[in-house]
Amino acid sequence: MSRLAKVFEQLAERGAKALVPYIVAGDPAPKHTVSLMHALVDSGADIIELGVPFSDPMAEGPTIQLAHERALEHHVSLSQVLDMVAEFRQTNADTPVVLMGYTNPVEHMGYSHFAERAKQAGVDGLLTVDMPPEEAGETSRLLRDAGMDNIFLLAPTSSDQRVAKVAALASGYLYCVSLKGVTGAGHLDIDSVREQMQRIRQHSDLPVTVGFGIKDGESASAIAPLCEGVVVGSALVDRLAKWDNAADTDKQIAEAVSLIADIRKAIDAVADA
Amino acid sequence: MSKQHEHVDFSQFPNAEGHFGPYGGRFVSETLIFALDELAENYQRLSQDPEFRAEFDRDLAYYVGRPSPLYHAERWSREVGGAQIYLKREDLNHTGAHKVNNTIGQALLAKYMGKKRVIAETGAGQHGVASATVAARLGMECQVFMGEEDIRRQALNVYRMKLLGAEVISVKSGSRTLKDAMNEAMRDWVTNVDDTFYIIGTAAGPHPYPMLVRDFQSVIGREAREQHLEQTGKLPDALVACVGGGSNAIGLFHPFLDDESVAMYGVEAGGHGVATGEHAAPLSDGTPGVLHGNRTYLMQDEAGQIIHTHSVSAGLDYPGVGPEHSWLKDIGRVNYVAINDDEALDAFRKLTLVEGIMPALESSHAIAYAEKLAATMRPDQSIVVNLSGRGDKDIHTVAGIDGIGID
Repeated sequence: MSRLAKVFEQLAERGAKALVPYIVAGDPAPKHTVSLMHALVDSGADIIELGVPFSDPMAEGPTIQLAHERALEHHVSLSQVLDMVAEFRQTNADTPVVLMGYTNPVEHMGYSHFAERAKQAGVDGLLTVDMPPEEAGETSRLLRDAGMDNIFLLAPTSSDQRVAKVAALASGYLYCVSLKGVTGAGHLDIDSVREQMQRIRQHSDLPVTVGFGIKDGESASAIAPLCEGVVVGSALVDRLAKWDNAADTDKQIAEAVSLIADIRKAIDAVADA
Repeated sequence: MSKQHEHVDFSQFPNAEGHFGPYGGRFVSETLIFALDELAENYQRLSQDPEFRAEFDRDLAYYVGRPSPLYHAERWSREVGGAQIYLKREDLNHTGAHKVNNTIGQALLAKYMGKKRVIAETGAGQHGVASATVAARLGMECQVFMGEEDIRRQALNVYRMKLLGAEVISVKSGSRTLKDAMNEAMRDWVTNVDDTFYIIGTAAGPHPYPMLVRDFQSVIGREAREQHLEQTGKLPDALVACVGGGSNAIGLFHPFLDDESVAMYGVEAGGHGVATGEHAAPLSDGTPGVLHGNRTYLMQDEAGQIIHTHSVSAGLDYPGVGPEHSWLKDIGRVNYVAINDDEALDAFRKLTLVEGIMPALESSHAIAYAEKLAATMRPDQSIVVNLSGRGDKDIHTVAGIDGIGID
């Protein structure tokens, strides 16, 4: 069983929901990424979505765009991101890591080469924002053969037919984009997410995480009962944007990930209620 | 020229998924798929609809001023002493460039689809002006995304857009130029996808854009073919057009693709020279990759990050190119070459002095290559060059290079 499937199974047994933080690898600097990943796990993260920096992050709002730019100032490449995952795996064998990014760096490395290296590094899944199922056949096959999951987005604009098509190719979990917009947008609409979730459930038994617009315990606990997990990106990345290189690193990491501990408490409280 | 293309049926491309061989396609986030499906369905229906076609043709005739002349540049041809050079005068269109052929078409699609708001990206500002122009005429709200750096370089066009009632939004991310403006327009479209039509300015982006922009621009090649036959009784021996995203070039080339005897040359921006790496010539010196919704040749580094481009001409200063060009390169139907900044500037001055026609710096790249090519050909042969835009907008740039300040 894959790490992702195992995590969702264990959470379901406990009646708990997955907490999935997102950070961009190399933000604010490459030397902090692995420590941050461990700190996120210690604060209650179940799965880590690790952003692969790209020069043209088309689906991101300003907060995450800047994170990509900060990482690229350090020339963080996909190859280095894979090294970071391998380093993380030296002391964490259980927490799934999903790479989230854009097609071009993966295409440039070569899909087959990527699948091989990612597997070796201990990556569990790939979510390519700009690669819908129509373009993903070969990539999905290579990932599957290497024992990794291909994770796809579903949007408020996805028709029933689309949901069925995406669900047929997806594995690991489905990522439900909560709103029409970019990451970090502020107009989360619970009723719309509920409606989307009903549509998704008709076509898939896969766990569903919801992301875009979840920024604190309150928004997370409103969404969590509808799905199997919540993704927290911009709100967390925004804390890294305020990083001060002159200050104490451990303290800053603790401050940044305290958001994840707060959200953990909030979604566990809803689950217990 | 390669013979590989002999059995290609060009009318079958792109296929239903928007692919030209390995290029093109739809590399966008899930939210936009429904909007692209909606656009593709509407385009398929409307492009067969007599009422829509009649309105498009009427607008081209009475608003844009088509057909644009095919002009035999006799004095220049004589000076070069080779082939006869004909200029397809897209510079005489309303708003001064070929861009308006496409914005008229896309704005009509927006109108028939009931969209109230249009958005566009722009580099030099020509596509922004052409979009603002058609939006003004149709009474639509218009927002144009433009890199902060380009806004500084193209103050005149920024003011033109404002006079036309458009709002120009300064893009401060990434390199603050055209590619970032396109990213930002995509982000706006994702957010306002229900009521907004995105007018893409070149034959690139996710399917169906490369196809529909090509179709709207193909009026250039259809007219040129007919006009050349009428004036000379035969087809031209060669076509030359500049290639940034490649909309004017595909517009000229496409109606001639089946004419085996017609050689085609797409001229990229060689900047400081292809060998220096400071250029905007992905077909000459790039590799295939995925950007802005399509697979195509790109300027990228060893990690797959898009790199900065350079050209004296803002309209060619783009790291990608339309996917159909990538395919036409690979199958050998079109030759892609590069012209440096200096050569383009010389051509700008030359055509102005010899023919009294001031070409845009983009088109000057085609002019420069046509002169080289003509010199290798016989006087009974001919070349059609797409004079895609007029040079008024570039006077400021050229004066600056001459060390003359103009306010």
